[in-house]
This record gives sequence, C-alpha cells and structure tokens, in this order.
Amino acid sequence: MNREPRSSIPRSKLTLPVANRDHIEGPIDAPVALLEYGDYECPACGQAYPIVKAIQKRMGNRLCFAFRNFPLTNMHPFAEHAAEAAEAAGAQGRFWEMHDRLFENQNALADESLAQYAAGLGLDARRLIKEIQAGAYIERVREDFRSGARGGVNGTPTFFLNGVRFEDGPDALLAAILNPD
Amino acid sequence: MKANTEAIRLSSPNVPVSTALPAGTSAPDFALRSTPDQTVRLSEFRGRPVVLAFYPADWSPVCGDQMALYNEMLSEFQNLGAELLGISVDGAWCHTAFSRDRKLHFPLLADFEPKGAVARLYGVYREADGTTERALFVVNAAGAIHWSYVSPVGVNPGADGILSALEELQNNLEPK
Repeated sequence: MNREPRSSIPRSKLTLPVANRDHIEGPIDAPVALLEYGDYECPACGQAYPIVKAIQKRMGNRLCFAFRNFPLTNMHPFAEHAAEAAEAAGAQGRFWEMHDRLFENQNALADESLAQYAAGLGLDARRLIKEIQAGAYIERVREDFRSGARGGVNGTPTFFLNGVRFEDGPDALLAAILNPD
Repeated sequence: MKANTEAIRLSSPNVPVSTALPAGTSAPDFALRSTPDQTVRLSEFRGRPVVLAFYPADWSPVCGDQMALYNEMLSEFQNLGAELLGISVDGAWCHTAFSRDRKLHFPLLADFEPKGAVARLYGVYREADGTTERALFVVNAAGAIHWSYVSPVGVNPGADGILSALEELQNNLEPK
C-alpha cells in the first residue's frame, strides 16, 4: 500500500480544515469554513447531509466544507468500513463521490455494497476492498476520530463553523452562516 | 492521605454531597457489582490510573452518547494505561441489558444498594433526582484523585478532559 504520508492535525487546527490533509470542497481560504465530524451509518448525519448540500449550493466558493470521520463502530457495525471506503475512494481521487453515495445509501453499507458503489463510480473496486481488508485507512480514520475527541466532538454529527463548535442543530447552520453575530 | 478501604460500610450520611471530591483527595475505595454475580473493587486497580465516569442513568439519550463515545475511546484510554469504569444508580441487571444493547466493552457499576452510596462518597449524588451527577474522576496509580469534573446533567462532557488528565499522569505533570 503506497500511501502518501499525511501530516497529523496540529492541536491549534483541530477544528479548522487543514490543507493537504483534510478532504475539502471549496477553497481552503474561503471566508466561511465548515467542518463536519460524521458517521456514514448515523441517521442524524444522514439527515444533515442534504442540509449541508443545500448550504454548499447556496454559498458556492465562499464556503470551504471539510469532512472528518467519527464512526461509532460499536453502535454502527458498518460505519468503520464505510469510512475507510470513502478514504479508499479518495486515494483514487473520488472521495466526495463516495461520501455522497454512502450517505444516500445508509441502509446498505456492507462490503459488497461498498464494492458496488466503487464500481459504479468507475473506481477499481477490487483495490478498494483489498485496501479496506488490509486496514490501509484504519489509522487515518482513527486520527480523525482522535482529533474529534480532543476537539470536543461528543457525538455525530458535530459541526465546527469557522473553528467554533456549532451547538444548535444542522437546521440552524445556514442562518448562522448568513447572519454571523 | 490513606485510602478508605471500607468505603461502603463506613459511608456516613453526613458526607457532604454538594461538591465533588477535588484533585489531591484520596479516592474512597468501594466495591460495586458490575454484573449480577461479579463485583469490582476500586483498589484492585491500584498501580494504574482509573477513570470513574458517574452518569445519571442507563438508557437516557445523553448518557448513551457519552458511554458510546467512551466505548470508542477505550483503546485511547488503554494506551494511556487507564481503566474505565462507568457508575450509575441503576441495578446490575439493568446495566447488563444496557451494556449488551450498546455493545459496551467496559464495566458499568451498580451504585444501587444502598442507593448512591459511592456517589455520596465522591460528593456527586443528586438528592433531589435520586441519581448521580454527570461527573468524571481520574484516579492516579496511587489511588489519589488527579482530576475531577462535574458536567451539567444534560451535557455530554466528552473525552478531552479525561485524555488531558491521563496524559498529565503519564508525563508526571500536575493538573492544569
């Protein structure tokens, strides 16, 4: 497994997207930074997914959205492999496509389904499954998790808006972004 | 300060209940059931740090999140040499069902009879509710409290404070 060494997240940047490390959509220097800690099998994260999409659409290039993994693996038996599948897709350049596919199919996250989604996205599904089975992304997912636990993530989804933990539900995000106080 | 090794028997109703035992205090010893036929004694863990997580009740949503989070953090706690014990006033059968449902991999102790006796010893019993506070204690290898924290009942205190305390212990530092 030839993986690029990735820098770990500096403590000072735990709650902000980090260039060259995090998966981001939008410019890293966008005026608004939204970071989500999420779990692909978590129903509440599934409910937040279209809300984030709508915010991204509305904000365009003024938003940098980043996603980090926070799988509760005992509660959600498929969450860990799903997270690793997104990372594995990322290694083939299609993180966000897989991310979306997973949230749109939260009830079908077993390995066979992950392979199907990979194939459907035109990825090398065999490589993806092989990497997951070899545990190639376990450390990466764990680092996300650890950073969340250190940064005040107590459950999912947890959002950080411009580095500050957002205490209200996802429904309130857009208003908070449009009307900062 | 010498640890109280007969905590439950010696617990007196006059123990102040308004404040959690602070850092530097000896952690009162106790023995509580973790399952209907198993008992866990705090002093069994002497020689390594112990995290005591008092929480109000099995099954309530915030506790669920908190215990689920700690369940996922177990390897982190263990890497820092620590044991985690959850404690509430629920009975051992209730804990067994809750633990099985949430697939918890650490013991939940039943501070059930006399109700809340251990919580009282640690100053975290909520008289009005009949439950414990949502309180955290990190006990060091010598059995003294290194760090304690009481969270508002409805707020999951997370794991950050525990990790910092355990790292301080590992590095022989004083609490911040």
